Amino acid sequence: MFAFIISRILQALPVMLVVALISFAMFAYVGDPVSIMLGQDYTEAQRAALVAELGLDQPFFVQFARFVGNALQGEFGLSYRLSRPVAQLIAERAPATLELAFCAAALALLVGVPMGVYTGLYRNAWLSRFFLTFSLIGVSLPTFLIGILLILVFSVWLGWLPSFGRGDVVDLGWWSTGLLTWSGIKALILPSITLGLFQLTLIMRLVRAEMLEVLRTDYIKFARARGLPNRAVHFGHALKNTLVPVITIAGLQLGGIIAFAIVTETVFQWPGMGLLFIQSVGAADIPVMAAYLLLIALVFVTINLIVDLLYYAVDPRIRSGFGAARGGH
Amino acid sequence: MMPALLEVEDLRVEFPTRRGLLTALDGISFAIDPGEVLGVVGESGAGKSMTGAAIIGLLEPPGRIAAGQVRLAGRRIDTLPYEEMRKIRGREIGAIFQDPLTTLNPLYRIGDQLIETMQTHLGVNAAEARRRAIEWLELVGIPAAAQRVDSYPHEFSGGMRQRVVIALALCAEPKLIVADEPTTALDVSIQAQVITLLKRLAREKGTAMMLVTHDMGVIAEAADRVAVMYAGRIAEIGPVREVVRHPKHPYSVGLMASIPPLDRRVERLAQIEGAMPRLSAIPPGCPFNPRCPYAFGRCRTERPELLETGATRAACWLYDAASERHVAGARAHG
Ligand SMILES: Nc1ncnc2c1ncn2[C@@H]1O[C@H](COP(=O)(O)OP(=O)(O)OP(=O)(O)O)[C@@H](O)[C@H]1O
Ligand code: SF4
Ligand SMILES: [Mg+2]
Repeated sequence: MFAFIISRILQALPVMLVVALISFAMFAYVGDPVSIMLGQDYTEAQRAALVAELGLDQPFFVQFARFVGNALQGEFGLSYRLSRPVAQLIAERAPATLELAFCAAALALLVGVPMGVYTGLYRNAWLSRFFLTFSLIGVSLPTFLIGILLILVFSVWLGWLPSFGRGDVVDLGWWSTGLLTWSGIKALILPSITLGLFQLTLIMRLVRAEMLEVLRTDYIKFARARGLPNRAVHFGHALKNTLVPVITIAGLQLGGIIAFAIVTETVFQWPGMGLLFIQSVGAADIPVMAAYLLLIALVFVTINLIVDLLYYAVDPRIRSGFGAARGGH
Repeated sequence: MMPALLEVEDLRVEFPTRRGLLTALDGISFAIDPGEVLGVVGESGAGKSMTGAAIIGLLEPPGRIAAGQVRLAGRRIDTLPYEEMRKIRGREIGAIFQDPLTTLNPLYRIGDQLIETMQTHLGVNAAEARRRAIEWLELVGIPAAAQRVDSYPHEFSGGMRQRVVIALALCAEPKLIVADEPTTALDVSIQAQVITLLKRLAREKGTAMMLVTHDMGVIAEAADRVAVMYAGRIAEIGPVREVVRHPKHPYSVGLMASIPPLDRRVERLAQIEGAMPRLSAIPPGCPFNPRCPYAFGRCRTERPELLETGATRAACWLYDAASERHVAGARAHG
């Protein structure tokens, strides 16, 4: 188990290094940080001093190593736009995005999986047909349009739910949450649906396809031939076998949810990292963009690791396969 | 005389398809006595697996029983609601499938698969079920059963997995086993062992068996009686010695001739020409008539029912008193 984790972390390292390199290249070669920071009026001496201070006169590898070293300590310098430490900006915005992503993912899984199981088991029921038609909407409408439609219906026409912002948040010191106030929870509903709908329909269709596939297998027929109750056959034998592909896709989608919260956050003026990123792009605020890029890569790599661990937990064939590889057979 | 354990009467299975109604089984009738082994042979597509599936109530939709009856110990079971039939599956009728590599759930420990089966049907507690699971694994010849009970299927060889499948089919002590080609997917070298095991356990437990196979060696070794199927019908049925050594139906004659002689010389006929008809193109009259060397007028219009031939019963007009003339001719050949 421990060796398994280590090997997966080692595999993730090159990915992180490549992303760091891209991030760094943005830093070093997109725009000219020195002129941005100095403004219009400066002397050559001031400029040289700043270049030396930023280490821009050093060789490439030294600069890169310093960048990585700083990044590891959460040190990304000052935002050009807001003149505040990037790490601090991101730490302020992260709870909003993570809470939104968590709610969207929970919605996608808790609704998508049961819907997938249902449509897989009762292929011809009218409810299944309805779910499938409905899922086409989730797949085909762009996110911003879904968001705008939801706002139109639930905020403008019905006036039930807020159309922007997080509502009241409770500050827990290191984390600010909207889950503890009624207005915070209400504010989460529309953005969560907007962000999670695509994933929900995707997971539903995936679970359905996997269920149909698994229900045709011999071991399911044999489970029926042994007289096991439907509950055990469907939710034990069948569902468990659909889990491996579902975990993969759901994991990747969770990464996607965090990365693509940008659109939803823009539509709902949600004060998260995605909105911060969009504002930074507008202002060519390179340090924030670079840090965001690295952070998203880290999220993907972490989720991948968790997905691998879940595989390991679910499928005994992977466990023994790895055991054999480690034993050098 | 004991009453039959399983009675299949005039069973007809149909598949509605886009191109029309297909009749996969037509007028199948046979019985199996307690403890008896009925072998079922026939070309691929003859309907052997379909017969087994109809008996255990697991025909794949849209396939359905359109006519006839299936009775277990006198009780009609083909019309039971799903939940009633489920309680019979595993408990009264066990099933063994062809490919042990795909029959066991890869994500469940074999012990747990045994335990859930016994807990479902026998109402035993977990500890008792586990004790019995180990006992069953020993019984089917898994070495170090007490350790292997916690293994996953992929940790076993094909032959060992089929032994596990046998244990699973027998563990709730059913009175009848439907074994659909239980050795076909196995290595030739272990086929005999598995058949011997199955036969021994069935005898010890007094379990009757419907044994579907392509292997006439298996039939000769394990079966008491044998049914020869052709195009969804029974062509001939009778005691194994008679059907193998003195087949009466021209199709059985061809089938037995295409295998090497067993302990006694059988006269060899040429391989049967042609192929079995598709379900959508079964000829009227005797379904075998386009391939039959003895076919005569009546065969092309009237369908033969099973007729007494002496030791066996065969669906062939040669054995009808009304066609005595032809019988004389054919018997001269046979
Ligand atoms: N879903 C289906 N729809 C229509 N016809 C089917 C379907 N499933 C099977 N059949 C047909 O039913 C017939 C009987 O098939 P069955 O599987 O019982 O044959 P079998 O005797 O077991 O053959 P094998 O020796 O290859 O296992 C075949 O002609 C097959 O093509
Ligand atoms: S009934 Fe006729 S065609 Fe059919 S097997 Fe007998 S002789 Fe041949
Ligand atoms: Mg078959």
